[in-house]
Formats: sequence, C-alpha cells, structure tokens
Amino acid sequence: MLIQILGTGCPKCHKLEENARQAATEMNLDFQIEKVKELQQIMAFGVMITPALVVDGVVKVAGKVPGVEDIKKMLAK
Amino acid sequence: MDQKKSCGCACGGTVSLLLPCSGAADTGEIADRAARKFAEGGCAAMFCLAGIGANISGFIASAKGADRLLVVDGCNLDCAKKTLAEKGITENIIHVRVTDLGIVKGKSPATAERVDAVVAELGKKLTASL
Repeated sequence: MLIQILGTGCPKCHKLEENARQAATEMNLDFQIEKVKELQQIMAFGVMITPALVVDGVVKVAGKVPGVEDIKKMLAK
Repeated sequence: MDQKKSCGCACGGTVSLLLPCSGAADTGEIADRAARKFAEGGCAAMFCLAGIGANISGFIASAKGADRLLVVDGCNLDCAKKTLAEKGITENIIHVRVTDLGIVKGKSPATAERVDAVVAELGKKLTASL
C-alpha cells in the first residue's frame, strides 16, 4: 500500500504522517510512506488544501488531520 | 505559480473556495466572472466544480476540508449547489444566486455592473458569516 502525505512540510503535515504511520503499523499493513512537497505535484491530485492523505492514489482527506483510529478506517477501505 | 491557483495550507488561517456554476447562460457567465473578480481580492480562491462532478477524489476532499464554500449559481436550477450535494457536501456553504439579484436569465448580458452586483453580494454574505 502506498500512503502519500501531501504538504509543504508544516506541523500538520508532520502530524498527519505520524498518525498515518502509526495507523498502518498497528494494522500490520505492508506499506510505504511518501511525502509529496511540490505544489505542482500536489495540485495534480486536485488538492487545494494541505495537508492531504492519499492512499493508493485516492485522496482520503484534505485540510484536516484525522486521528489514528479515523485513519485506520480510511486504510481499511 | 499564479497565486490564485496555489493551494492553501490548513496551518495558516481559513480557506475559502469559490465555486461558480459557470453555466452557458448569461447568468452563468455572470456567476463565473463575479467569482473570478472576487478571487482577485484574495478572500477566496477559485475552485473546480467540474472536478467534483467528475468524482476526482482530490477535489472532493478539498471541498470537504475547506472552511467555507462560496457557491455562485446563475439561476434557480442551482446546479453548483446540487453538484456539491450529490457528493455529500452540504456544510459551510455560502450560496449566492444571480437571478435573486433581479438579473433576468436570458436577458442580461454579463456587464461589469451586473458582475459587480454579484461581487458585492458575495462580500456581504461572506462578511455576515464571519
């Protein structure tokens, strides 16, 4: 599973990455996390608000930092 | 990169997005031009309603994550508002309908005066929501 964190590196981006990593680890998923910081790449997803969480190419949330349990639900879908 | 097309970080301030219907009728053109003019003021950024209709996950997630959605419909068909509702986006919406301002669909070329009237209404409703 490819988990991408879209954002230019603000505190919320780091928190989202941390939560996503914890969620995927606790679910024992085979995953890799990639940070996408370039605005052009971010906008290619149609994302206008960061941070955003992308799972296997699908943007799950933008502009918010969900908690670990909420991210687990997103990773399970 | 053009500022109006840049994305906003949720770490700083509120994020308001403009979604005009941009329909084919004169009132749709007025909606589009008014939204673009309002965006020039820096209070909100233009956004792609078509991307939401096309079910592109990034557009839908961004609309759901915005603090405010300034939706501008040209007429009472309310295509922009209904397109959002189809994707479950019904909250944080400030809705302006061009024909509610006495502008008659099919009989109102997109003059600067009419565009400005819609811009003023957007400003009024946005201010009232603060």
